[in-house]
Amino acid sequence: MEKKYKTTPLKLWDKAKEIRMNVYKEIAEAKEQGKLLIGGGAEGLIALATGFDHAFLVGEPYGASVAFLYKENPAFYQQIVEACDHAGYPRDLCSYMRNYLGSLLLDKYIFGGPFPKLDFCLQAGFCDTHSKWYQIVSEIRGIPYFSLDLLPFDWEISGESEKTKQLKREYITKQIHEAIEWMVKTTGRRFDDEKFIEGVTNEFESTSLWAKVCAANRAIPAPLDEKTMLSFYVLAVLARPKKEVVDFYRELLAEVEERVANQIAANPYERCRFISDSQPPWFGLDLFRVLESYGVVSLGAHYTFALSGGWEYSSEEETWNPARTPQERGIELKTRDDAARALADWWLTTGTVCRGVRHSGAGKIKRVMDIVDKWHVDAALIHLNRGCEGTALGQMDIVQALLKAGIPTMTFEGNHADPREYDEGRTFARIESFMETLGLKKIY
Amino acid sequence: MIKDFKEVYENRHEYAKDWRKKYPDRKIVGYMCSYVPEEMFYAGGALPVRILGSHEPQNVTEPYIFGMYCPFSRDVLAQGLLGRYDYLDAVTTAYPCMHLGQAFDSWTLHVTPKYFYVDMPNKVQTPHALPFLIGRLEELKRELKDWTGKEISDEDLKASIDLYNENRSLLRQIYEARKSVPCPITGTEAMYITTGNLLMDKQDANPLLKEVIEKELSRPAAKDRSPTRLMIVGSENDDIKFMEMVEQFDAVIVVDDHCTGSRYFWNQVKLGNGLIEAVARRYVERPVCPQRDYPERQRLPHVLNLAKNWNVDGVIVIQQKFCDPHEFDKVALLKFFESNNLPTLYLEFDVTVPVGQFKIRVEAFLEKLREDELW
Repeated sequence: MEKKYKTTPLKLWDKAKEIRMNVYKEIAEAKEQGKLLIGGGAEGLIALATGFDHAFLVGEPYGASVAFLYKENPAFYQQIVEACDHAGYPRDLCSYMRNYLGSLLLDKYIFGGPFPKLDFCLQAGFCDTHSKWYQIVSEIRGIPYFSLDLLPFDWEISGESEKTKQLKREYITKQIHEAIEWMVKTTGRRFDDEKFIEGVTNEFESTSLWAKVCAANRAIPAPLDEKTMLSFYVLAVLARPKKEVVDFYRELLAEVEERVANQIAANPYERCRFISDSQPPWFGLDLFRVLESYGVVSLGAHYTFALSGGWEYSSEEETWNPARTPQERGIELKTRDDAARALADWWLTTGTVCRGVRHSGAGKIKRVMDIVDKWHVDAALIHLNRGCEGTALGQMDIVQALLKAGIPTMTFEGNHADPREYDEGRTFARIESFMETLGLKKIY
Repeated sequence: MIKDFKEVYENRHEYAKDWRKKYPDRKIVGYMCSYVPEEMFYAGGALPVRILGSHEPQNVTEPYIFGMYCPFSRDVLAQGLLGRYDYLDAVTTAYPCMHLGQAFDSWTLHVTPKYFYVDMPNKVQTPHALPFLIGRLEELKRELKDWTGKEISDEDLKASIDLYNENRSLLRQIYEARKSVPCPITGTEAMYITTGNLLMDKQDANPLLKEVIEKELSRPAAKDRSPTRLMIVGSENDDIKFMEMVEQFDAVIVVDDHCTGSRYFWNQVKLGNGLIEAVARRYVERPVCPQRDYPERQRLPHVLNLAKNWNVDGVIVIQQKFCDPHEFDKVALLKFFESNNLPTLYLEFDVTVPVGQFKIRVEAFLEKLREDELW
């Protein structure tokens, strides 16, 4: 079959890898350099730590990295997961957490050496797992632990009152102040408000820029495919308060816009546009390559677009757009309190994936259907993810809504970070059958 | 009397529909999660009723809720999808676990569209939780007024608080009586009382609780109770068949820590600086669900105190399959009991319980507790 569109590799691959490596290098060198080494979840308020010289070992990407060992070093992987199983943690718990705990219990860091010695844990309890995860970590390691309670907004169509929203803004802002005071007291170190303001500002820019990159995928042909996007979205997950991530996304956006202008496609055979849902099986990203061989481009997912925030709802347009940062709205952050308030508001307003972990129903369906509409989606591939109740919240109702809207939808069961719960062969066979129903034959 | 609670438990929908006939102008709100501030709804004239499952296998929830959510949440949703709660005017929850949250969200899509989502703080240990909740309950008061057309006056709220406090106090008295040796009522009977109570107007429940206290805690037959004293710890539990099975083996379940047991009624609303503040404080300070028990573990000392004060010989930890909050606590909980010389039996529950298999395990556990000679 002849290619419909031209395609070229992205220029920024190496830079993305470099930024990721820098994050892990920072963690490895933190103690030597006298920096704090903090443990916590990525989808909390990692910008809170920017007031200190620190490195942040974020748990979820580490858990995903453990899952990759399944193919690279199966014996080590087996040791890790069995350590968690033997400790008594049930297998239906979050697989990121189980991988992390297994590694911690063995005292083996998968990048070499013992598990890093964390100074304290800083977490945000936006899902049932996260606050308890780091409670367990802090008990195992005997280190201090602070968790913030992030009560999300309900979806925009719920009619949640402005009064309730303001209560939540205040609640989170006060906890941010509480967290900072706690960190100062616990570490005896000075908290640099200027750096905090800078970190928070960078977070807004990073996540808004990433949203713009994702929005560019509305174009036909799509300039990016989801497998590629997952390599880039993780920079926001790992290090969105860093300037280098802002700069990277700015460059990436420029490159993607150039691809759109020149009709450069992620998949030169693009003839069918998919979205996915939930985290993918991290160790099984080949499934995207299978899709591509049918001329399918997976455009992303609500998860991929918005895990770290960055989208705001327009009630006039009834859609979500890349969020305007406080700077873009003419708001200057001068004090710690300004930054705290802005961070709380940003998380509440733009953090739609974390919101979707608590609230699904009509609001989450609207969010996904908005993506279907704006990204010109032809079909959906839904990962029924046993490893994460949060991202699975409302999935079956979303499937019903997609089918009702005439969007062919396929589900497959799996686990984002436990390969023992994913049957690749069977999933690929299901994809093959699904493609038949769409009238698509393999191209290569 | 206990049989009245059993009657309500077994005929919960008939009770609610009869209540509706008696009070045609009032509303019925189904709730999921024991953190729902029932006093507020009752003050607004509505009857809050706990939505429970039916312990029957079902196949109606598969299109709406992924199979890895806990069996209780799926059983709850099934009741709605099967039309058994068609008399509800609204549903409510209070920032529950994600499993019940999933059931709740699907329920609002497919069963009862009107809902109240009470944002109950998750980190109850932060000093900011109370002021937040006070504000949220003020807002809930306004939402209820919009819904019912009735302003909740201080008198309404005070009366509601008093009624619920009386209910809690009476249940507490019954539980206190279970410290006695022998225990005056079985765990099964206590479960009928506590779960029946969840389904009733407290105006109806309180007189019955008083009768239980006056007439059934000191009945002659109650003196002949069995020696091995057990505690049940877990998430939601209304598994009567399991309780009956355990207690057929010369054992009695004398106390519990679970959502529909003691955690529901343990502490009172203490009046002080304002009615809404008092209600908010009660929910922030109540015996905590594992989902909310961080960063410090407050639940473990509370559960140990129950075990010690009720003179328990062993603990059965019941675990709804896939229940994340309790699974997170499981390791710490079992270790904690062990380190305090309390033997434990850990059982995973589903909608229906494998009574045969559990019977063997329970018997073995009891033998261990009694150090029975095998030969």
